[in-house]
Amino acid sequence: MKHSLKTPPTRRSFLASVGAATGLLGLSPRNIFAQTPPVQTGQIPTGTQSDWHLNVTRQSITIDGKTLNAPTVNSTVPGPVLRMKEGENISISVTNHLTEETSIHWHGLRVPAHMDGVPGLSFHGIAPGETFTYRFPLKQSGTYWYHSHSNMQEAQGLVGALIIDPATPDPLSCERDYVVVLGEWTDVSPAEIVSNLKMQDDYYNFRQRTTASLPAQSQHDGGAIPALKSRLMWSGMNMSATDISDVSGVIYTYTLNGIAPHTGWEGIFQAGERIRLRFINSATMTLFDVRIPGLEMMVVAADGNPVEPVPVDEFRIGVAETYDIIVQPHENRAYTLFAQSEDRTGYALGTLTPHTGIRAPIPAMDSRPVRTMADMGMDMDGMDMSDMASMPGMDMTTHHTPMPPHHHMAGMKMDKMDMSSMPGMDMKSMHHGHHMHMMPGMHMDGMGNMPMHSMDMGHMSMSSDSKMQNAKSDTPPPRLEIDDPGPPPINVENQNIAAHPIDRLNDPGDGLAQNGRRVLTYKHLRALTPAPDQRPASREIILHLTGNMQRYIWGFNGRKFSESGPIRLQRNERIRFTLINDTMMEHPIHLHGFWSELENGQGAFNPRKHTIISQPGSKLSFLMTADEPGLWAFHCHLLYHMDLGMFRTVSVA
Amino acid sequence: MTNPTLPIMLALGLLGAFTLTQTAHAQIITVHQAADAPNASSPTSMPGMSPVMMDQSTWLHGIFNQLEGRYSPQATDFRWDGEMWFGSDYDRLWIRSEGTVANGRMDDGQHDILYSHAISTYWNLQGGTRLDLDSGPTRAWAAFGVQGLALYQFELSAMGYVGGNGGAATRIEGTYDFLLTNRLILQPNVELNAYTRADPSRGVGSGLSEIDTGLRLRYEHWRKLAPYVAVTYNTALGQARHFPDNREANRTALRFAFGLRSWF
Repeated sequence: MKHSLKTPPTRRSFLASVGAATGLLGLSPRNIFAQTPPVQTGQIPTGTQSDWHLNVTRQSITIDGKTLNAPTVNSTVPGPVLRMKEGENISISVTNHLTEETSIHWHGLRVPAHMDGVPGLSFHGIAPGETFTYRFPLKQSGTYWYHSHSNMQEAQGLVGALIIDPATPDPLSCERDYVVVLGEWTDVSPAEIVSNLKMQDDYYNFRQRTTASLPAQSQHDGGAIPALKSRLMWSGMNMSATDISDVSGVIYTYTLNGIAPHTGWEGIFQAGERIRLRFINSATMTLFDVRIPGLEMMVVAADGNPVEPVPVDEFRIGVAETYDIIVQPHENRAYTLFAQSEDRTGYALGTLTPHTGIRAPIPAMDSRPVRTMADMGMDMDGMDMSDMASMPGMDMTTHHTPMPPHHHMAGMKMDKMDMSSMPGMDMKSMHHGHHMHMMPGMHMDGMGNMPMHSMDMGHMSMSSDSKMQNAKSDTPPPRLEIDDPGPPPINVENQNIAAHPIDRLNDPGDGLAQNGRRVLTYKHLRALTPAPDQRPASREIILHLTGNMQRYIWGFNGRKFSESGPIRLQRNERIRFTLINDTMMEHPIHLHGFWSELENGQGAFNPRKHTIISQPGSKLSFLMTADEPGLWAFHCHLLYHMDLGMFRTVSVA
Repeated sequence: MTNPTLPIMLALGLLGAFTLTQTAHAQIITVHQAADAPNASSPTSMPGMSPVMMDQSTWLHGIFNQLEGRYSPQATDFRWDGEMWFGSDYDRLWIRSEGTVANGRMDDGQHDILYSHAISTYWNLQGGTRLDLDSGPTRAWAAFGVQGLALYQFELSAMGYVGGNGGAATRIEGTYDFLLTNRLILQPNVELNAYTRADPSRGVGSGLSEIDTGLRLRYEHWRKLAPYVAVTYNTALGQARHFPDNREANRTALRFAFGLRSWF
């Protein structure tokens, strides 16, 4: 067990954790929780409420022996669980008792722009001593969360869960309902972490390939020569195959509902009961892989929205994502909630138990993932196009826009492709944006003079049903305007271009494939109800996710936030965003204020999310309807990536 | 500092760096058609405000790569080699300093004060001035060169200097980190100094004049303060060996060293 990285628990830190967990309540006279009995952490308040008063204060919090004067909501980390009801008009007054500005952003909530809580966009922030009242109608239900969007306060604990009951009786209602807020805790200040990463990007990585690890790697790679070759190749790119998380368990204690693993959160149940667990990843920099050994987890909602239930043994939860799962333990014994960090330097832990104090065995952590060529966007094998073989007679002639010759497809070797095996396919007049766009990794630079009809598309995957439906519908879709910057420049701010970005929506993520467990992928997600707006996109905006890890600069299209303009959208415009990840790390991309309908092949039932993990070397797209005017944030939810440039303003006017 | 050539050298070095920087900039492709391309009129409903981001922050960092005592039966020297920089992702003030204290005298003191500009993924162009400032006669040089990460993660600095004693000089320095384990790191380094003109009063000969090389084994219990043991080899070469008062040339060049690598 790798927990030895941490200091051993002391009685003091144990008590402190419990203190933090149960909530040091009643410190402020305006604390409304002082009037209600304290709620055990993880438990959802029994009733909903539409009027809230929240106090942001600095509070000394100790978790796992690490004390921090943390910015808190109502003096707890995480903050109180806010439970509301769909359809109500909500009023939340937030009083800032700090000496610096604060703000609270309602993550995933569809609110007017000036209620979204991002200082500098459509909101001023909350000055010291000031009270700001957020007012908005609740137009949705599900599991969400809130966090500060100021001064990296989020990294120090200013986060909390937000649960919205549906207006009609919840069909997923269970005997037990718990919130599971995953997070991380450190007494190292965010400013120091950033500064260290600026000086040495692998500052927190003590899992690199070394001389000592060569024998083990050789065994794994099938000999010393392949192992050395792999090392030389990575070294030749000035990158590291072991670059998984920028910040690791070396300084982080991973927490579950604010509780360190050695203490452990407890959820009580009785055998046979259905338990709904609302997982929220409130961490700053850590993706978690979650499982409950011995229990099948039924994934029933993603980012607040119900999905067709998917039975899994494990799922990866990106920073800022939420998943609701239902489990039904029939045995009268304890079960471990095990959430290991993606880089396997630690885990958050909790226990479902019939009796308090009982613990289940803690599984060993898996070995840490190693990045591959697929993560660098160079995986030719990953271009799985087999699905298209099953589409005889595919008619692509109903579309009008000639394929832009320099579009998307730079670098794809077309010389070996034989399209003749595809009867009835005519790509000469294909509407490129609609059909080709999901073809993983295709770039067609210089294809202008290539006889397309001789190409073998027999292996191409058209991952979106809706596109095929559109292709066959009677009304021609609107002309798709493609906003494509082309491959980003390799410059000071960008280290790599994914030459062959692939569709990784059916890939559970690095470190999870072939582990013998059923792991959730984005491909599994299917909404229960069709998205309200079924118009095809009229514009596609292609964004490359870029960065220079060595200099620790992040951005889109090879530029940082401050060097970029806003992404301008027309009100009610239907937009497709396509994200190409040129970096070798996952980026949970979050668009404020709107639903991101992930194009995972479910057509009208594409899942609606607020945060989408873009896997390294991958290409994915989502649709959105720009139905709420204002200025919105669009960014990577890894806090230090966001603050160092991976952020854009989206302007809807 | 009484050397009258200093301002001239500084100006020359900066001019050289600026010229090179402009040339390098022309090669960077600007993206115009991107939806997020920079434009003059950013919409803002909060006049004068924008999200607080750190992407234009300035940073201050410094490192002593060598801070060590070098031992041999004949003599013990104290040697340092460090640099610090202050600035943003692109533009920095960069100061380098190295030198030796031997027998109570300061030898071989070279100090570069540079403007550094990032020009590519891994490389910075640098220009400014170099001062040879120790117990010998002071020399000032115009300095320009490149610093960065070569392929296979070699740290490299290649500087050219003009002025000084009326000639030109170059200094090339490279280091590499071999990870024996994640905390035990072997770092070979080489520094070569060459001059076009001899400067006997500073013990400098024309041609390849000095080499300073070492093999350091450090233990990073803390990243920022790592003790090390080292074998170092430094000597005057060629013509410089024959200057009668060249203290370096007359000494055993292969020595054992203890030191601390530290940074902030």
